[in-house]
Amino acid sequence: MSSFISFLINGISLGSVYAIIALGYTMVYGIAKMLNFAHGDVIMVGGYVVFVASSTYGLPIWLSIVLSVVVCTVLGITIERIAYKPLRGASSLSVLITAIGVSYFLQNAALIIFGADTKSFNSVVDFPSISLMGGKVIISDETIVTIVVCILVMVLLTTFINKTKTGQAMLAVSADRGAATLMGINVNKTIAVTFAIGSGLAAIAGVLLCSAYPVLSSTTGSMPGIKAFTAAVFGGIGSIPGAMIGGILLGVIENLSKAYISSQLSDPIVFGILIILLLFKPSGLMGKQIQEKV
Amino acid sequence: MKKWRLAALTAMAAMALAACGGSSEETTAAATEGAETEAAAEADTEAAAEETEAAEGAVWTFGGTGPLTGTTAIYGTAVMNGAQIAVDEINAAGGINGYQVNWIFEDDEAGTETAVNAYNALKDQGMQVMIGTTTSGSCMAVIAETETDNMFQITPSGTTADITIPANVYRMCFSDPAQGTKSAEFIATHELATKIGVIYDSSDTYSTGIYENFAAEAQNRGLEVVAVESFTSENKTDFRTQLQKIQDAGAELVFLPFYYTEASLVLRQADEMGFDPLFFGCDGMDGILTLPDFDTSLAEGLMLLTPFAADATDDLTVSFVTQYQEQFGEVPNQFAADAYDCVYVLKQAIELAGATPDMSVSDLCDAIVAQMGNVSYDGLTGAGIQFTEDGEPNKDPKAVVIENGAYVLMD
Repeated sequence: MSSFISFLINGISLGSVYAIIALGYTMVYGIAKMLNFAHGDVIMVGGYVVFVASSTYGLPIWLSIVLSVVVCTVLGITIERIAYKPLRGASSLSVLITAIGVSYFLQNAALIIFGADTKSFNSVVDFPSISLMGGKVIISDETIVTIVVCILVMVLLTTFINKTKTGQAMLAVSADRGAATLMGINVNKTIAVTFAIGSGLAAIAGVLLCSAYPVLSSTTGSMPGIKAFTAAVFGGIGSIPGAMIGGILLGVIENLSKAYISSQLSDPIVFGILIILLLFKPSGLMGKQIQEKV
Repeated sequence: MKKWRLAALTAMAAMALAACGGSSEETTAAATEGAETEAAAEADTEAAAEETEAAEGAVWTFGGTGPLTGTTAIYGTAVMNGAQIAVDEINAAGGINGYQVNWIFEDDEAGTETAVNAYNALKDQGMQVMIGTTTSGSCMAVIAETETDNMFQITPSGTTADITIPANVYRMCFSDPAQGTKSAEFIATHELATKIGVIYDSSDTYSTGIYENFAAEAQNRGLEVVAVESFTSENKTDFRTQLQKIQDAGAELVFLPFYYTEASLVLRQADEMGFDPLFFGCDGMDGILTLPDFDTSLAEGLMLLTPFAADATDDLTVSFVTQYQEQFGEVPNQFAADAYDCVYVLKQAIELAGATPDMSVSDLCDAIVAQMGNVSYDGLTGAGIQFTEDGEPNKDPKAVVIENGAYVLMD
């Protein structure tokens, strides 16, 4: 029994990392209607900024995190202006390919700047782990912080979108870009703000990812990025609570299949379940069913 | 919008230029180093030629290649320096069969084409026997060339199993599969544990090869493998579930046949779980203490199979380490030790064959191969080193344990 709870907690902790990355994916997709495949690599940049700031320059950890959020936000806006905005009228396939290009550009730039050797990242959270059932079940401090931050971000994002003017503009752009323009909403500005928030979130996700799994290299963000994208699709892409639920479910399924079926088969099982789910519910768990008008 | 495009183009052009700048610098560095090596080689040849005038002016020319630039430069440099020490010692003691030895080395950047080019450059300089290459990939490319030329080749550090398939190619280090066998042998003979758990990388041939041979040998030796867990290159950050299963299975020792980056995560996650078995790794674990910012206290008690420990107290190791530090200003690693042993093994084989430098490369190769089975040499990387017909070394495995953040040789 204690083993099962351990496996479950491991799954939730892995899933909470997926969830926080998925939030960024789902938000950009929901509003700008594009898959930002460079999101995982912005996470990597966020990790490197904290690493350089705290380890090389000895800045306090809170300042490093703030710096990382600022750098990633600026990076996100820059990427959007240079790579995506000129393609606003182009087909979604062109934008997708550009996003993959940006992803490789960031990875290789990091390779040139920081070198190929893996860095060991010092966790930014440091308080004792919680020990349950006489030490048989241990919840690490990183897991607790990741889950708390994840819920906090989810609540803040939902409030922001539903209660503020910019948030409402985002919803409008998401619903109908043409109509939003006619109503006097600055679509370009709204999408830029979306990218800024998404990339700022990526910085936080990067810090938490590197704290939970403390190695840092130029490809650190790519695999978690793809898993998180899967989680976003699982939960229904475009839906903020869906990203959170999808992420956690994905982590739990992955870990339980590792534990009870086979550590080699965990990925095929996760993606197999995704395929089955999409067959029955094409818009994901929490996705909106959009009626096609005739 | 145009302005932004312009800015993007400028930025990309700048990156491209920066990249070009980087690579041209590297090339220059390589060229300079190459020139230095050549100059050194020339100087050596001159010196050697003067000394051997009595022996009709003939010298042995041993050549080697390895990366002297790039991310794996430490390996090539170590091989070059380690062999240099052996050559200097042999020359001071009168050479091999009365002829002095000339050691020449070329940078192969750990690449395949570059290694073949380096090999051709060495042949132009009169190489008769090859000690190389340093890395497995370049070695696989060069064995085809030495087989065609029938030149004797011994690699100090190429671990890929297939390297020794040609009859003229031998190896000083353990091959990848042999590391698995030797690890199980070491654990059994030293009675470290009887219940063993394994985690391996199922997407990597190195890791899988070691694991399969380990499992077979463990069974032969009566070790009980209680849990076998794996991960893939897509899934290499979270090991808690695997560790939990191994802990539940009651393993006393966990075998980790993969690289130190992933191993650093395994050690940390096991520590968080409060799981504290013995951990045992292979040569891929070498480097864990130098991982930037890694908390080395986590690696305390970690054991790894390695052919050489610089802090061993036997006379041979002490004199080698002292000489190396004096001459090159750093502590030698296993690559340097393997290269040093290669030179002495060659010396013994050539002496047994009674060969002379005026023999053709191909005749010399046949003469050395005929004697390799009779070689028995006490070296830095093992006592009583012998070679099988397949070109593999036969020596006792050595392992080190990490104590107070440093390697300590295990008895």
